[in-house]
Amino acid sequence: MSPTRVPVVEKIFDANDQVAQQNRAYFDRHHTFAINVMASPGAGKTTFILKTLEALTPKYRLAVIEGDTAPVTIDSDKVSALGLPVVQINTGGDCHLDAVMLHAGLQSLPLENIDIVLIENVGNLICPAAFKLGSHLNLLIASTPEGDDKPYKYPNMYRGIDVLIINKMDLLPYVDFNMANFQRGVEILNPGLRTFPLSAKTGDGMSDWINWLDEVVQQHRQK
Amino acid sequence: MHELAVTESVLEIALRHANQANANRVTDIYLIVGKLSSIVDDSVQFYWNMIAENTICQDARLHFKRVPARLKCLDCQQEFEVVESLSPCPQCGGFHLKIIGGEEFYVESIIVEK
Repeated sequence: MSPTRVPVVEKIFDANDQVAQQNRAYFDRHHTFAINVMASPGAGKTTFILKTLEALTPKYRLAVIEGDTAPVTIDSDKVSALGLPVVQINTGGDCHLDAVMLHAGLQSLPLENIDIVLIENVGNLICPAAFKLGSHLNLLIASTPEGDDKPYKYPNMYRGIDVLIINKMDLLPYVDFNMANFQRGVEILNPGLRTFPLSAKTGDGMSDWINWLDEVVQQHRQK
Repeated sequence: MHELAVTESVLEIALRHANQANANRVTDIYLIVGKLSSIVDDSVQFYWNMIAENTICQDARLHFKRVPARLKCLDCQQEFEVVESLSPCPQCGGFHLKIIGGEEFYVESIIVEK
């Protein structure tokens, strides 16, 4: 019964990260580009995704994976209405998608016929940041009504992303959103982060985002 | 908010290493938790008491070693600790900063009885 210290030094998210790597390999085998779309509830994820899907059609073959905390089909119905494949993953109340859930959801998509898959994560700025999925692009949608303090309050989310959308720019005159303060916080956490201010609702600024994404996907294909 | 998933992962790691060491019981688990990792110790402890029951980790004590968030100013090379929220460099006011500590989150070691 002698106490012994066993050194471990194992990252707590290792198991998830390993499955995320498998997901990435699975995407790559099928030449599918995966985008993890994260945001707080109400930032405009679904509208942004729908507008993005419309803009990328018919150049790319698209699909959507919807992460929801409860078995509602409102979001996936909107995507189905566009005639695109959609898989809904119900997280059973969990606050995020993780790599294992995504892995299971992927089995229901014909990836060999899909160029780009948009993964709509659960609306939350804390948990999705911790769980890698294996996506090629991690995207965050901020929106002006949320306020300019969000980078300061959710540093992990802003640290881990590759591209930032500032949505609802059409509401800027009506809300307290100090763009300079917001961008300063972003710059501290993620220097040089590619940022697209736009309004998914009016379409203003969407073309810059779409053109950039098009380039990124083309570059990825040439690798 | 995802402390249940985190706690399950801690248990899985502890059990695996305890089995490899042919241990009969795990008495202590040492966790290194960076200040930026947004993990609530009390919640992990709460879940731990539930999920570790009837395993060789039952009643093991969880020790949280908090690592402060540290930044380095890329303009003047000053290193400093983040106390409250993100702030510019206290020396030169610059905000070209690099996070050099506070994101750690791992199981450092366990104490077992054989």
